[in-house]
Amino acid sequence: MSGVLELHQVAKSYGEGPNTVHALHGIDLTAQAGELVAIMGPSGSGKSTLLTIAGTLEVADEGAVLVEGQDVATMSANDRARLRRRSVGYVFQDFNLLAGLTAAENVSMPLELDGLRPKAARAAAHAALDELGVADRAGHYPDQLSGGERQRVAIARAVVGDRHLLLTDEPTGALDSVNGEGVMRRLRAACRRGVACVMVTHDAQLASWADRVVFLRDGRIIDHTSAAPGPESLLVPSAES
Amino acid sequence: MTVRHALLALLSEGPKYGLRLGQEFEARTGEIWPLNTGQVYTTLQRLERDGLVESDDDADTGPKKDFRITAAGDEELRRWLRTPGDNGAPPRDELVIKVLVATQVPDVHVAELIQVHRRHLVETMRAYSRLKEDAGEHDVGLLLVVDAELFRLDAVSRWLDTAEARLRRRPDPDAVATVPARPKLRGRVGARR
Ligand SMILES: Nc1ncnc2c1ncn2[C@@H]1O[C@H](COP(=O)(O)OP(=O)(O)OP(=O)(O)O)[C@@H](O)[C@H]1O
Ligand SMILES: [Mg+2]
Repeated sequence: MSGVLELHQVAKSYGEGPNTVHALHGIDLTAQAGELVAIMGPSGSGKSTLLTIAGTLEVADEGAVLVEGQDVATMSANDRARLRRRSVGYVFQDFNLLAGLTAAENVSMPLELDGLRPKAARAAAHAALDELGVADRAGHYPDQLSGGERQRVAIARAVVGDRHLLLTDEPTGALDSVNGEGVMRRLRAACRRGVACVMVTHDAQLASWADRVVFLRDGRIIDHTSAAPGPESLLVPSAES
Repeated sequence: MTVRHALLALLSEGPKYGLRLGQEFEARTGEIWPLNTGQVYTTLQRLERDGLVESDDDADTGPKKDFRITAAGDEELRRWLRTPGDNGAPPRDELVIKVLVATQVPDVHVAELIQVHRRHLVETMRAYSRLKEDAGEHDVGLLLVVDAELFRLDAVSRWLDTAEARLRRRPDPDAVATVPARPKLRGRVGARR
C-alpha cells in the first residue's frame, strides 16, 4: 500500500566545503492515510529540515519525495504551490502567521485562494478557531495574540479545509499541557477522517499520541517503535496499603 | 497511594459497606488500581481498631455491614491531605543505575542503551495516551491518574535525553582521573528504598 507521503533515501546538506552541514541522510519514511507518525529527536537532529522537504518547501539533494503518489521533483513550481495550498496543512515551528491579517483571515485565506466563497471560508475558519478555543480572538492580529494563541491559530489554519497531509513542527511547544492535549485530540480526529499526519517533537508525551514514533539522530533514522499496543498492554500495578 | 486514606475519603461522603467501597475506589481511579475485597476488609478492620471508622456491632458481619467515619477519622483524613508527599530522598531508580553501570562496562554503547529504554518508555506512554484518548474528556478520575503516570514516565524520558547529551559532551574518559574531587554525596543520594 502506498502512503500519502513517501520519502525514499532523502538526503540534504546546507553550505559548502568545510562548513557543510549534513542535515539528513538516507531518510525512508512513509505516512499512510489515517496514520499519525511522530518524529522525535534532539535539537539540530534534522526534524524541521525533514518536514520542510516533505512539505515541498525545500528540495532534497538526493532521493525522492512523493505526495499522494506524485513525485514532487517532476511537478512545476505552480503545481507544487497548488499542492501545498490544497492538500498539505503545515504548522511551522515559529507559526508563520501573516502579520497584516487577523487570526480569522489567516485561517480563511488559503481556502479563499483555493476558490471557496468568502462566506463559506469565513464560516470554516470560525469553526476551526472555535474548536481550538480561540474563537474570541478571531479579529485580533498576530501581534495582539499570546504565543499559545498564535500557535492554535496556526493549527486551525493547517487543519481547516480538506487536506490529506498534515505536517506539524512542535505543534504544542507554546501550550500548557491541557491545551496541548486538546490539539492532540484534534490531530487524532483529523487522522480518523483519513488524514495522514507527521508531527515533529522532542516531547515524549506528545509523541505518545502517535501510532508510530520514529527517532532521528544527526540526520538519520536510528530507531522506531513497534506496532501500537493498546491500553490493555499496560501491566496493572496493584495498590499498596 | 494509601488505601487507608482512600477509604476514609470515600466514607467522608457518608456510610458505606465494604463491597461498595471497593467498587467506588476502582471506579474513581479509572480502574488502574484494582483492589481485592480482602484488602478492603483488612484495611477496614485496622481503621476500626484505630478508632477511625466504626460499624454497627449488632448487624451481621457480611458484605452489607455499614461503616462510618469517626471524628478522629475525619481529622486524620484532613491531616493526611495536607501532608507533603515523600520528595525528600531521591528514589534509587533502576534505570539510573543501569545507565551509570553502562558507562563503566566495556563495549557497551551507552547511547544505544539509552535509546532502547527511551523506546520502551514511549511505547508504554503510548498505551496510556491511548487510554486517555478513549476515555474522552469527562472521565476526570481516570485522566488524573493517567496524567500522573505519563508525567512520571516523561520525567524519566527527559532524564535519558539529558544523560545522552551529557555523555556526548563528556571529555576523554582517560581525563577522568584529573577531575577534582567532589563533595561526597554518597551518604545521601539514593539512600531510600
Ligand atoms: N538554512 C540552513 N542553512 C544552514 N544550516 C541549516 C539550515 N537549516 C538547518 N540547518 C542545520 O541543519 C541541522 C538540522 O536543523 P533542523 O532545523 O532540521 O533541526 P531540528 O531537529 O528541527 O532542531 P530543533 O529541535 O532545534 O528545531 C542543524 O545543524 C541546522 O543548523
Ligand atoms: Mg526544528
